[in-house]
Formats: sequence, C-alpha cells, structure tokens
Amino acid sequence: MKLPKDLRYTESHEWARRESDGTVAVGITDHAQEQLGDIVFVEAPQPGRKVKKGEAVGVVESVKAASDIYAPVSGTIAATNAGLSTAPEQVNADAFGAWMYRIKPDDPAELETLLDAAAYEKSASA
Amino acid sequence: MARKTPLNELHHASGARMVDFGGWEMPLHYGSQVEEHHAVRRDAGLFDVSHMRVVDFHGAGARDLLRRVLANDVAKLSTRGKALYSCMLSEDGGVLDDLITYAFGDDFFRSIVNAATAEKDLAWLEAQRARFAPGVRIVPRTDLAIIAIQGPRARERFWAAHPELRAGTEALPPFHALLAGETMVARTGYTGEDGFEIALPAGESAAMWRSLVEAGARPCGLGARDTLRLEAGMNLYGQDMDERVSPLDAGLAWTVDLSGERDFVGRRALLAHHQRHEFLGLVLLDGGGVLRSHQKVHLDGAAGEVTSGTFSPTLGRSIALARLPRGARAGDTAEVEVRGKRLRARVVKPVFVRRGQSLVDPEEAR
Repeated sequence: MKLPKDLRYTESHEWARRESDGTVAVGITDHAQEQLGDIVFVEAPQPGRKVKKGEAVGVVESVKAASDIYAPVSGTIAATNAGLSTAPEQVNADAFGAWMYRIKPDDPAELETLLDAAAYEKSASA
Repeated sequence: MARKTPLNELHHASGARMVDFGGWEMPLHYGSQVEEHHAVRRDAGLFDVSHMRVVDFHGAGARDLLRRVLANDVAKLSTRGKALYSCMLSEDGGVLDDLITYAFGDDFFRSIVNAATAEKDLAWLEAQRARFAPGVRIVPRTDLAIIAIQGPRARERFWAAHPELRAGTEALPPFHALLAGETMVARTGYTGEDGFEIALPAGESAAMWRSLVEAGARPCGLGARDTLRLEAGMNLYGQDMDERVSPLDAGLAWTVDLSGERDFVGRRALLAHHQRHEFLGLVLLDGGGVLRSHQKVHLDGAAGEVTSGTFSPTLGRSIALARLPRGARAGDTAEVEVRGKRLRARVVKPVFVRRGQSLVDPEEAR
C-alpha cells in the first residue's frame, strides 16, 4: 500500500498534512481512490465553514458511487482546491498530491491523535 | 461461493478488480473503467459475458413455443441466423427477462438470457414447455462461454486473430449470427458500437480471449459495459425494468408485437393496462453530482424516478434513464434530487451516443 510516512490518516480513508501556514491539507488515500474507481466529481466544503472532527463535509463521486469526505480535525475551512472541480481525475492520478480542502485547526495538536501510516495500513487492510 | 466463468483465472492474472455480479465473480475493471470505455468507442474492447446463459430450443414446436413465451414475434425471423430482441412477460404483463433470440432453422432457436434471472427463466420456460410444447427440448448450454468484442475496429481485430472465420462473418448484417460448428459469431452487442458476440465451448474460450488481446482488443470490465450500454440507451434488467414494470413503461413498446391474434403470455395484461409512464433520458445541466438509480425526478409538479444513472465518459457529463410522468417530452427541463439538492436536467430521447458520436445536441444540453 502506497502511504507517505509524513502524513496522518483516518479510518474513513482521509489523509491530513500540516502545511507551512499552519493549516491542515486533506485528501483521500490512494487506497480509497482505488476502491472508488474513476473519480468524476469532488465537492469540497465552503471556506469559512466551521467543522467538527468526524463531520461529513464533502463528497467524492466516482463512476461507481458517491462517498462522503470527513473532517479529520475540528476547525475552520481555509481553502478548497479549485483545480479538482475541472480535473477530478487528479485524485486517481495522484491521491496524495490532490488535496481537497484545508482546515485551520482549532487545536494544532489534534492532528497528532490521528493514525500514522502503519496504523492506517492495519486499519485499511482489516 | 460466487460462480466463476472459464476466463476467471485470466482476469485475475490481468489484475482485474473482481466483484460479485448476480452470483458470479466478474471483472469490474482492469485498472480504469473510463479508459476501457474510451477503448470501445475509439478502437476495440473485449468483454467476458460468460455469466449470461445460452438456452437452445430444439424440435418442431420450438417456433410456436417461442411465439407464445416472447412478447416479440419470432415469426419475423425469416432468414437463418437472424436475431430478435424481446421481453419475456408474466401473465400480469411485468418483464420476467429481456433476451436475444436467434433462429437457426424452423426447429432450432437459441436465446441468451441474463445471468441473475437464468435459473428462474429456465424453470418458467420448462413449465410453459410442459404445458404447451411437450415435444420441444430446452437445453441450457452451461458448456459455452461468451466473449464480446466491440468497437469501431472490433471486426477487423477479430479477423486478424481468426482469418478462418472471416469469410463466414464478413457479410453478416447487423443482428445476424453465424453458427460454425459449436462456435456462434453474432453481430450484436450492448455498447452502441459495431462488433461481435462469440459463444463457444468453454475449453476454447481462454485461447480465443488471448488471441483477441494479442490482436489489440483491450479487456474491459462490467463497469465500462454499464456506462457504454447507458450511453447507447439500452435497458438493464433489474434496474430499468423488472417483474413489476410493464415493457410499455420501460421504453420497450417497440419490442412488443401486438399485431394479429397471437396469444403470448402477458398480452391480455398489456391490452388492459396501457402505458403509465414515459421512459426517457436525462442529461444533467448543473454540476454538483452524478445521476444514480432511485433518485427522485420532479417535472411540472409530478414525480418520476431515475432507473439508471452514471457519468458519461463520452459526453463528459452525467446521464440517466428515467421513468417520467405521462406527457414528459424531449426538451423539457426536470429537477433531480441529488444528495438533498435539486439539480436541473434536460429530458432527451434515450440514446446518447451511437457509433462513437454524441446524439445529444450540445446547445440543447447547455
């Protein structure tokens, strides 16, 4: 399973990465895109929206099915990746590069409570 | 335990993602469903459809039996090898299955039925046979595999791999089949493209598959098969119609032959009930999602339902087949409930793509 070691993960197949500006970038894992198949639509939350950890905040649709995206940490949506609205297939091509939205976390330490690569791999293959 | 086709090991070796489909372990895709879809529209794709069941009818009464159990009339099959698409109906006029029947003589017909309904169909056919045509022999051909090669270059790639079959199949008109020994080559399909469907002994199917891959046909899974048939406006049994749905409400009136006095199963129910819905296509105008089966459709205050929906790789937008209120027409604008939102969709005639070309007016769909 392709899993960068410097990212954090959720059991619902999101990855989260701390950016230099203090926000947390969020996407779905390579395993998740593989399960979904060709992705044709990504709906990310609006900037400014307050979200709670575990809340459904967006949707990914593939030719096969629609799947919710959850917030890995609580905070405020800071940005969305507009490029994915015209080229959602980027998620299939590069799941860990195709970030969907960024959260300004309420508590920067919350990121550390998420799964690391090894724990996610175990959870995803269970 | 899911059942396996004779090509199962080949699919695994090719890295296919396998799924359960009607009790069979079948390839969903071999990497990218969308690329497989484009391969069929632009060149040639290869499908294992061995989960579908070939059923042969032998005997002097075969023709009369089929004239009774099919809503379309096999009397139209005037030339050898000609094919006919039809529904099999219940007494209530619901669709038991949809199938293609080939005539290979007055006393030999062959049908190909859906995988999930095969056992039920055979039991029902056996009951009809016992009652109306005890002299007919019904033979389920579990010894045959079925491979479809589809696309603008499908036939030339097939002939490159099998020059020995070229002479017999080159002049085959659309919707006709050749039976050469135990191998049947039919110019039929489920994609809206040219090509062949080949039924052959299971033991020969792996060699046939490999030869067609070597000739340049790309293996395609059931995922691409679904987006291709939807673009072509072809119904899927169990989704667009089933036992509770009349063929008249599923866009299949053209397959029901009510002419003359022929007494086929379901005729009386169809004459008594008439059509209750329009069966048409939808093209999503707004972004914001993908049309899927069971979504609610609103049109002029009346309700309808999406029966099959997907993202169309050829059109680059979402399309659907839908049961709409009476009076709905191509050109109307409907609203579809997609995950809590109402998105606008244009009502269109339910053929979106044929022979690689979009039939949806780009202006109309804006």
